Amino acid sequence: MEKRVRFRSVLLPWLLLAPQLTVIIVFFFWPAAQALVQSLQQQDAFGTSVEWVGLDNFRRLFADEGYLASFKITAIFSVIVAVMGLSLALTLAVFADRIIRGSGVYRTLLIWPYAVAPAVAGVLWLFMFAPSIGIVSFALRRMGIEWNHLLDSSQAMTLIVFAAVWKQISYNFLFFLAGLQSIPRSLIEAAAIDGAGPWRRFWTVVFPLLSPTTFFLLVINVVYAFFETFAIVDAVTEGGPGKSTAILVYKVYYDGFKALDLGSSAAQSVVLMVIVIALTVVQFRYIEKKVNY
Amino acid sequence: MVERRPLATALSHVVLVLGVLVIAFPLYITFVASTHTAQDIVQVPMPLLPGSHLIENYSAALTGNYDGAASTAPVARMMFVSLVTALVIAIGKIVISLLSAFAIVYFRFPFRMFFFWSIFVTLMLPVEVRIGPTYKVVSDLGLLNTYAGLTVPLIASATATFLFRQFFLTVPDELAEAARIDGAGPMRFFWDILLPLSTTSIAALFVIQFIYGWNQYLWPLLVTTNESMYPVVMGIKRMISGGDAANDWNIVMATALLAMIPPALVVMLMQKWFVKGLVETEK
Repeated sequence: MEKRVRFRSVLLPWLLLAPQLTVIIVFFFWPAAQALVQSLQQQDAFGTSVEWVGLDNFRRLFADEGYLASFKITAIFSVIVAVMGLSLALTLAVFADRIIRGSGVYRTLLIWPYAVAPAVAGVLWLFMFAPSIGIVSFALRRMGIEWNHLLDSSQAMTLIVFAAVWKQISYNFLFFLAGLQSIPRSLIEAAAIDGAGPWRRFWTVVFPLLSPTTFFLLVINVVYAFFETFAIVDAVTEGGPGKSTAILVYKVYYDGFKALDLGSSAAQSVVLMVIVIALTVVQFRYIEKKVNY
Repeated sequence: MVERRPLATALSHVVLVLGVLVIAFPLYITFVASTHTAQDIVQVPMPLLPGSHLIENYSAALTGNYDGAASTAPVARMMFVSLVTALVIAIGKIVISLLSAFAIVYFRFPFRMFFFWSIFVTLMLPVEVRIGPTYKVVSDLGLLNTYAGLTVPLIASATATFLFRQFFLTVPDELAEAARIDGAGPMRFFWDILLPLSTTSIAALFVIQFIYGWNQYLWPLLVTTNESMYPVVMGIKRMISGGDAANDWNIVMATALLAMIPPALVVMLMQKWFVKGLVETEK
């Protein structure tokens, strides 16, 4: 789509674009290019010597069991976060959609976690599950479950999953509710007249019609679990115990800023860039083919 | 609803109330913990009803006037840093995106679409994937521990530029034509016609970007080393030193609540625009 009417000026459009372009060149493209270059170099921690090593950093990376483990952790983490977050939010949205009076109140009461910073969400859950003083770990001990996420890696994973899902539910809920409300009532009524009960109607009419929203949210949730949960991991477990909750982004940060292995950190950045690009492409391919109804 | 099923409606209410309660539970615990003394909280189990130390704890947190095992930076200062950061990021993103969308839609110049796409691909370069080199640029420019360092690198916005471009394309051509016939220049048209038409999109984006700015964690972690430049979301982590009982959990929880209030207020008060904006921007 193009405008018929345009203004004529040689200088003005460049001036208007200048601020945004300056920011993206200085803080986006230049650093991204640097990451690409560094991923092909080996530098000592003091930055005194630099040598070209070709794809050695990548070779080293994919031979490193720690990195492969981090990949696996990230995959498990993001699948659980996405599936749990989506199914809980969808359940709530389906029930909220049924209600005629008062659904606005529920919406208000359910959307506020969207505003909570991931780091703060992490601190809240950390406090509730603190092994010796937390209220939930106390209740669990009463039920015979010894909770200590500082020692038990699957409990540590469970805790960051809870915090991440809790934070993301309201976002998913808003989209599902909007999606549900845009489904034409006539379709559901037609199914009801044909004798389909609520359960049947949901799986044969509502859920298929909701699939664009579900797919969109799936991508968004995976991106969220990959990148934005850094703050949750850092606040709750700092990647531990051992390296059992060190997701990829945490590892980039740790290797680059704590272990000062710049070549490896840059190579990891490049791998992450490839992942983001793939996810974005998937997302936009889908938007083009979006189902219309 | 297609049929009357009182039982199903009742069930819906039950499920939703349960959902609301489960989601609100961490918030309630946080509030309760922020009203007790540190000693009361480390009792197992901790009290489940609010105590009487609310004002004491919040003023201790805000002024940093207590003995803590870890950082005791005053939260009032951190809240101020967060507020400035969030406002600069939100307003900055909106302003530069409005200007670039205006240039791309209303002018013809060489490499126009190239620039549009270069802004667009920044979507694929979140801070997380370029932290090392971006940190180096910021430190070379001498921007560590400054507001500029906290905000400017996050200020480019592909989403906002894209949204404003889409919106400008729907503005009828007749408006620009009429403005030109009346002798208005491009900036006059932008200021008097385009901007007032965009207020809804601006409000929606403001909410989303304010929260984005307020909730930043990784970036401040890298570029601030000085307690007086900590935003609150990152400062709260510095208050936790490790061991369970060693922390002043009452103060930490008071800080957590303080850190949640501004973005939560923005979301609740601007709910109408926010929901509309969120659902429309992202699709």
